Amino acid sequence: MSRLSRVLGAAALAASLTAPFSLPSAAFAQEAGAPAAKQYIPLATYRVGAYASSGTPVWGGTIDYLRYLNEVEGGINGVKLTWEECETEWAVEKGVECYERLKGGRDGSPVPLFLPHGDPITKALTEKSAADKIPLLTTGYGRTEAIDGRVFPYSFTVLFSFWSEASSAINYIAEQVGGKDKLKGLKIATVYHDSPYGKETQVPLDLLAKTYGFENIQIAVPHPGNDQSAQWARIRQIKPDWVFLRGWGVMTPVAIKTAAKTGFPVDHIIGGIWSGSEEDVRPAGSVGKGYLAITPFPAGAEFGILKKIKAAIVDQGKSDLKDLKSFGSVYYNSGVIETIIAVEAIRTAQARFGKRPLTGEETQWGLEHLVLDEARLKELGADGLVQPLRLSIKDHEGGGAGKVLQWDGAKWNIVSKGWVKSDRELLLPVIYERAAAYAREKGITPRSEDTAEASAK
Amino acid sequence: MPPALAAALAPVRRPVLPALPVRAAGLALLLAVAFVAIPLTATDYWYNAILIPFLIMALAGLGLNLTMGYAGQASLGTGAFMAVGAYATYNLLLRLPELPLPVSLAGGGLIAGAVGLVVGLPSLRIKGFYLIAPTLAAQFLIEWVFNQVGWFSNYASSSAISAPRLVFLGYDLSSPAGRYALTLTSVSVVMVLAWRLVGSQTGRNWRAVRDGETAAAVIGVPVARAKLSAFFVGAAVSGVAGALWAFAYLGTVDARSFDLDRSFQAMFIIIIGGLSSLSGSFIGAAFIVLTPILLTHLSNALLGGSLDGGQISNLQRILFGALIIGFLIKEPNGLAALLGRLRHPAR
Amino acid sequence: MSFFLETLAGGLLAGVMYALVAIGFVLIYKASGVFNFAQGAMVLCAALTFVTLTERDVPFWLAGLITLAIMVTLAVAVERVVLRPLVNRSQITLFMATLGLSYIIEGGSQFVMGASVHELDLGISDLPVAIGPIQLSSFDLVAAASAGALVIALWLFFERTRIGVSLRAVADDPQAALSIGIRLPVLWATVWAVAGFVALVAGLLWGARQGVQFSLTFVVLKALPVLIIGGFTSITGAVVGGLIVGAADALAEIYLGPLLGGSVSTWFAYGLAVAFLLVRPAGLFGERAIERV
Repeated sequence: MSRLSRVLGAAALAASLTAPFSLPSAAFAQEAGAPAAKQYIPLATYRVGAYASSGTPVWGGTIDYLRYLNEVEGGINGVKLTWEECETEWAVEKGVECYERLKGGRDGSPVPLFLPHGDPITKALTEKSAADKIPLLTTGYGRTEAIDGRVFPYSFTVLFSFWSEASSAINYIAEQVGGKDKLKGLKIATVYHDSPYGKETQVPLDLLAKTYGFENIQIAVPHPGNDQSAQWARIRQIKPDWVFLRGWGVMTPVAIKTAAKTGFPVDHIIGGIWSGSEEDVRPAGSVGKGYLAITPFPAGAEFGILKKIKAAIVDQGKSDLKDLKSFGSVYYNSGVIETIIAVEAIRTAQARFGKRPLTGEETQWGLEHLVLDEARLKELGADGLVQPLRLSIKDHEGGGAGKVLQWDGAKWNIVSKGWVKSDRELLLPVIYERAAAYAREKGITPRSEDTAEASAK
Repeated sequence: MPPALAAALAPVRRPVLPALPVRAAGLALLLAVAFVAIPLTATDYWYNAILIPFLIMALAGLGLNLTMGYAGQASLGTGAFMAVGAYATYNLLLRLPELPLPVSLAGGGLIAGAVGLVVGLPSLRIKGFYLIAPTLAAQFLIEWVFNQVGWFSNYASSSAISAPRLVFLGYDLSSPAGRYALTLTSVSVVMVLAWRLVGSQTGRNWRAVRDGETAAAVIGVPVARAKLSAFFVGAAVSGVAGALWAFAYLGTVDARSFDLDRSFQAMFIIIIGGLSSLSGSFIGAAFIVLTPILLTHLSNALLGGSLDGGQISNLQRILFGALIIGFLIKEPNGLAALLGRLRHPAR
Repeated sequence: MSFFLETLAGGLLAGVMYALVAIGFVLIYKASGVFNFAQGAMVLCAALTFVTLTERDVPFWLAGLITLAIMVTLAVAVERVVLRPLVNRSQITLFMATLGLSYIIEGGSQFVMGASVHELDLGISDLPVAIGPIQLSSFDLVAAASAGALVIALWLFFERTRIGVSLRAVADDPQAALSIGIRLPVLWATVWAVAGFVALVAGLLWGARQGVQFSLTFVVLKALPVLIIGGFTSITGAVVGGLIVGAADALAEIYLGPLLGGSVSTWFAYGLAVAFLLVRPAGLFGERAIERV
């Protein structure tokens, strides 16, 4: 049999394999007839694979809050919510497949926004989502440059970018040593996951070190990080005053354990956003006591909204969590926080576009005009849980502060006085520069702020 | 085509391709479907989630198949070669913007080929299964280099690269259909070249080396040259696949998009599809890329609601593993052979 | 100097942990001639089963026994269902089959036991211990001692018992072994069961170090260079290879890392393995010529 005929056969087999796929409904009649009653929200999840342990509690928080909204508050202004999960395994090609599958909406409801859950997936979707006019909402991860909404109209690095994370960590150290002027001469070592995510803080830390005069030491840990004896031997040799730990997955517990056995004081290690959950510390066992972490997702079950969710959902046996121990954990709360932001953006947009399921374009407006001040957060029962946020076209981050948690061997306690702010005024010009460089490379004409201001009125 | 005409034309052709006109008609039909029918009907989902990744992984598999299937040189470095192709094409597009897109793509492929040649050097001394060691070393080393050396990613804050504008002859190719057209055209061109190559003296040398190195040397086949050329060509084809993966499929990638899993995928593609079969790469890619998606659709339809997402995904993983093992057991020569038997039960 | 010694010692102790995983590979390679990529999944499965049981207040010894029983069953099933039908197929096909197998074991373990991270406390403290000028971890010393004990036990088992001698006969020449009446199925099952036991020990020690979670499967990536350096067929080789890889990784990370930007240990072991392969294709302790295509 010739090769050509086999090529032919291959195509036939490929075609037969793909035949059962139904074409997703691409178009929906938005104008014709009554608008769909329910707002659809797709959820990209990772419940299997290497990072499932950190993902599972997040969806618990997200889904429990969505259920709470539907059952107690009757949705958003009467528009009920409906959602669908798609498994990404945190892998970029699966994430893209999910996005493409779900972006068309469901039952007549368009997709208001997409939560990619994963740094590589976010990067792969940056341009696709801009073309489709679907906002990407990333909390505590995602492209730092996307803070500049003039260049990245559909990417929202809300809450706490990696740059802010680094700056807040330094500012917390400053608080501990008695002021920013005391940072001079300190040795601060960053132990990071050697990946694009891990390297993201090198530029801001370099800038901060120059500004405040501390010594910036960068130590890479190769993926996955299940043996770090060499890295911590180096730390024992350098003797830094503080360690900023930016891990992912198994790297964090191994770092804490290795620190303990090389004699580095665990209470002088500050974990970053993705090194600061129960799932990160618990496997380290008793030596994790005293470990610190900076996060935009404070742990705790005593926040107003969590009490409401507990009463209406968890205690009724309707929680998505299988392991109720995770209720009020960092990751659970991160799911709640992320969903609050998404929902409030939709609410903001509803005030302008009407109480119906919204499109991505409409929600983008809502995000860029989202204001969550202390008063509104109190109303939501989210004061202390969510930091005050004010988003705009020039600022897709809005907050830029974190709280510092300390592990007491069984749970996290908040040890910082309120939110530790980052030096955004120092970082933003550099971020805008990088966004402008990106725009030049890609031939993007940045949106002007005036047009956005005009549309806001 | 009338049989009489086919019979009249057939003897003119080379003996390796009996009854060519029928096949030519089939191929024309296939190309018509791929170039005309699909663009008329496909949606974004089909382009972005199914067709483009399928074609690119088929191309990556083809690259490995040339090295391993035809020339018998095992390699777990496909991901690394893809990465080289992607980063090289990115730098060509960025630093030599006057080059047209196809030239940059081909240049990226050639640079990947050169790297493949170097990685293949140990094959002159190491044989068989153990060859996976140097190719694995390359896999990890190259991923590390792109992660470490800022120059390759133009000093992006996170060493990720993203596609400059895809423009050719004034056409903007950044829409899903445009990226599909770019992918399909590249795959078709490479496919034709590969087909010519395996039928040439080089291809015969490869097969001779694969089937018996000593014997090949005795009859005067330049063994070292054959091995290195197989690494060069295979890596170059994988390199083009990598560039397409980065720019036509994902848009923005970093080195970890080309990790060991990608190499494993390529290996699965050719072993399940069929070693030393050009079409096998396509069948294998269809299986490896599409089965997980198919399982997702099926399980959503069958199990949706009765189990939670995590359980369904774990079941899919189990099923996928079982299917792989099942096909390995049942079809030693790959799905291409199975297909051949279906078409010609007598043989 | 003491810093160098300390790095070296830390690396060697880490190497012991790699060796533990590599031994499982060697056993199966000797018996079935396959590089069993699913060994990582087996380590995960063993640790996850054990910790799931102890969290339900099953005593340690009983949990260990139940886990061992499950591992043996799994091993026998793998041998029967996957490897026997693939006998006489190319090594790369067998390798890919075990990769498929790892999907099944990983998916199955997480399907049954969930995906959360578990803490595994074996009751061994993990604190710095000063030995002369250098500082080591008590846990690592215990791990090294366990690995040493395991190696001696395996050595006795395979050198001094009938089954061990049979195994060597099979590794040398399966046909001849068969013709003198060695019952291969029994032998295979035994070796796979022992490999399951090794996976349990490795799973417990690694699990106690980093928590029992999916990433336990990643340890296989470090086992491959260990095997190439030590030879695929020698337990001694696995240990020596593990020590070399552990020490080389640690020293490279310390002394080479700062020059090159860090994380050199992702590839350094493989680079070393290639160098060994070029100089000594059979590995340090390998028995078989490598010219086997």
